Amino acid sequence: MTDQGLPGPLLTMTGMTKHYPGCLANDRVSLTVGRNQIHALLGENGAGKSTLVKTIYGVVRPDAGEIVWEGQKVTIQNPGHAQRLGVGMVFQHFSLFEALTVTENIALGLNTAQERIGLRERIVRISNEYGLPLDPDRVVHDLSVGERQRIEIVRCLLQNPKLLIMDEPTSVLTPSEVQKLFVTLRRLAAEGCSILYISHKLEEVRSLCSAATIMRLGRNVGQCAPAEKTIKELAEIMINMTLNAPTPRPPSASTAPPRLVLDKLTIRSPNHFGTDLKEISLSLAGGEILGIAGIAGNGQTELMDALSGEIPAGRPESVVIDGVAAGHMGPHERRRIHGCFVPEERNGHGAVTTMTLAENAFLSGFGRQALVRFGVIDTKKTSDFAASIIKQFDVRTTGPKAQARSLSGGNLQKFLVGREVLQNPSVLAINQPTWGVDAGAALAIHEAIMALAAAGTAVIIISQDLDEIFVLADRIAVIAGGRVSAPVPARMATVESIGRLMGGGTEPVRPYGIMALAHANGDSAGHV
Amino acid sequence: MTALLVAFLVSTIAASTPLLLAATGELVVEKAGVLNLGVEGMMLAGAIAGFATANVTGMTTLGVLAALAAGVALSLLFAIISLTLQANQTATGLALTIFGRGFSALVGAGYVGIPAPTLPKVHIPLLSDIPVLGPVVFGHDILVYLSLAILAVVAWCIRYTHLGLILRAVGDSHDAAHALGYAVVPIRYGAVAFGGALAGLAGAYMSLAYTPLWAQDMTAGRGWVAVALVTFSAWRPFWLLIGAWFFGALMYLSLYVQALGVPVPSALLSALPYIGTVVVLVLISRDARLIRLHRPAMLGRPFQARA
Repeated sequence: MTDQGLPGPLLTMTGMTKHYPGCLANDRVSLTVGRNQIHALLGENGAGKSTLVKTIYGVVRPDAGEIVWEGQKVTIQNPGHAQRLGVGMVFQHFSLFEALTVTENIALGLNTAQERIGLRERIVRISNEYGLPLDPDRVVHDLSVGERQRIEIVRCLLQNPKLLIMDEPTSVLTPSEVQKLFVTLRRLAAEGCSILYISHKLEEVRSLCSAATIMRLGRNVGQCAPAEKTIKELAEIMINMTLNAPTPRPPSASTAPPRLVLDKLTIRSPNHFGTDLKEISLSLAGGEILGIAGIAGNGQTELMDALSGEIPAGRPESVVIDGVAAGHMGPHERRRIHGCFVPEERNGHGAVTTMTLAENAFLSGFGRQALVRFGVIDTKKTSDFAASIIKQFDVRTTGPKAQARSLSGGNLQKFLVGREVLQNPSVLAINQPTWGVDAGAALAIHEAIMALAAAGTAVIIISQDLDEIFVLADRIAVIAGGRVSAPVPARMATVESIGRLMGGGTEPVRPYGIMALAHANGDSAGHV
Repeated sequence: MTALLVAFLVSTIAASTPLLLAATGELVVEKAGVLNLGVEGMMLAGAIAGFATANVTGMTTLGVLAALAAGVALSLLFAIISLTLQANQTATGLALTIFGRGFSALVGAGYVGIPAPTLPKVHIPLLSDIPVLGPVVFGHDILVYLSLAILAVVAWCIRYTHLGLILRAVGDSHDAAHALGYAVVPIRYGAVAFGGALAGLAGAYMSLAYTPLWAQDMTAGRGWVAVALVTFSAWRPFWLLIGAWFFGALMYLSLYVQALGVPVPSALLSALPYIGTVVVLVLISRDARLIRLHRPAMLGRPFQARA
């Protein structure tokens, strides 16, 4: 790698401090990004990574701290200023305009009319040059998440950035898309654009990044060359505790009678940008965990709603829970016949954020836990139920009277999963069980799901995290375009075979080297 | 028969003009993601400001400008409350309408029943004298042509210019627009002021051209129809025009039927244009997916830049 004759690091931040009401998001954090470097910023959710990068991008004003950019002390005023300095950012939740075309979206990111001349041709050129295929005239809402990410990258590249910040870029991509992205990023770094890569996927960081800064609870807790550490070591620095991998589960007996049967479940999505479900047939025995992999937006939300009864299917026989035809039932009736459900969105869907934990526990458990007496809420029993969830699932909170919104994402998720698990369901469906949850809480949730399955519950897990699916599932199916593939036993599935199905089976999958999944041990494949 | 047709077309266009002006303004406001329900109030303020100014000065041009200024002033009041202070837009818009009605009634108390100069009709030699086509196409006042021109320019701007793109972007996702460095609140201020200006013009048309008199509540709910037109046309300028013309046509028909003495309650006939327009537009755009596709996603949502 060349230094292009410029001495010193590209960006140095020291003593960055940002205080939000009730939380110190950044506490004297330092970060140094070298030229041509792919630098990882590691940390759990809530470690303060996002606050730090938003400071670089001028979205967040720090309370204290010094930023030195190319040897000059700067105060970054706003995103426009950051862009002029040469900072480009690809957001975790894409900042795209759904109703506009690709070209229109990119035009909005350019500041002068001069830059917009011949934009369409330049988009085509850059996207071809860097292997980021894009049709400039498509409207964004028709595009896959991978394509949307490409728009953001192309938008940044058009401005010839010196630093490209990528916030969790691979969480929405198929394994083959991830590889293509890595090729692009390495090429950019070689051409002189440093990359700040935010992730909690340690395997990716090890294969891609040459340096890493690790954060925990708003502070720096380490700097290292990630390739020299094992996954386990990195994870332990990140969460400051020793990780024990979940005990592998004995293969479940598939001779048990099915507890959940889907028969040609077909549902029209109520959302314009949603995905219709097409003739989904599945059968799940008690004690079995079925993992449904897939890229976001392929019908996961609709499948979850169809399982929980939020979108009832017309035909009763299309969803059968414990032998009862339930397709026509709503969530309430399905809970009565021993179905329990955890939707993807915690805030406002899984929990009413302005209500207390006890009230939230009541809302889902009042029937199965008999929390109503003569039409009156049994507050004592409800509070006890909530307290038992808090205790058994190690939910860090002040007690059953705490408001749901006062909990961190991981703690609220533990509470919501615990709320359903403790109701001893026959069938449990969970969408994204550990999305945005820290490693410790994820482990606790995984263990609870396994224990529940071991006790005879049929569990269906919808997740975009392949690692999670491989850890938990006995059988794996893939949802793509609203169809679900025939489940295969997990031990016979590979990341490659699942990845191909996730892409709808149309995208060619390159021989994979960088995405070897690290489960329990830390060893892994290196660079491609 | 020809005379009847000419009367029908001429009065349809006349009756549709205030709606078209106000609705075009509201379209721009809503495209920017702001819901201003104060159109009726701004129209009334424009109507009385225009009428009073024209009456005092004897110049309709000054009257039109005063109406425009009154509309802008009221809309800026709305912008300060709902965009800067971030009060609920629905409530603020309703309050603006109530304020506009009361204020115009108060100011207008001394102007009831007195005349003011009328906006002159354009007369183009030869063209205006063509039978049927002449009076229908070339025989109106300047505001009629202005309303059509503004609609065309607005439609073109929204679709093809960078300014229009920014406007749509702010209405589609203000957070993303902010992240890209666009000044969301000032852009919305501009859109709201534009909407206010056009509502003011619509008011001036009512009091200086359509019925050149001042009467309390003389807009008779047209501001509300304009707001409804925007929604039911699914934010598409062409259908806005169709809706406004349809309203104008029904307006004429209801008056005509009343004049014929058909035994139908007059209240029902007066309500017909309002009901009919809404019903027709609902039928045109009853596809929920279509509405969702064109509806500015941020409509009515307050924006606060997080620091």
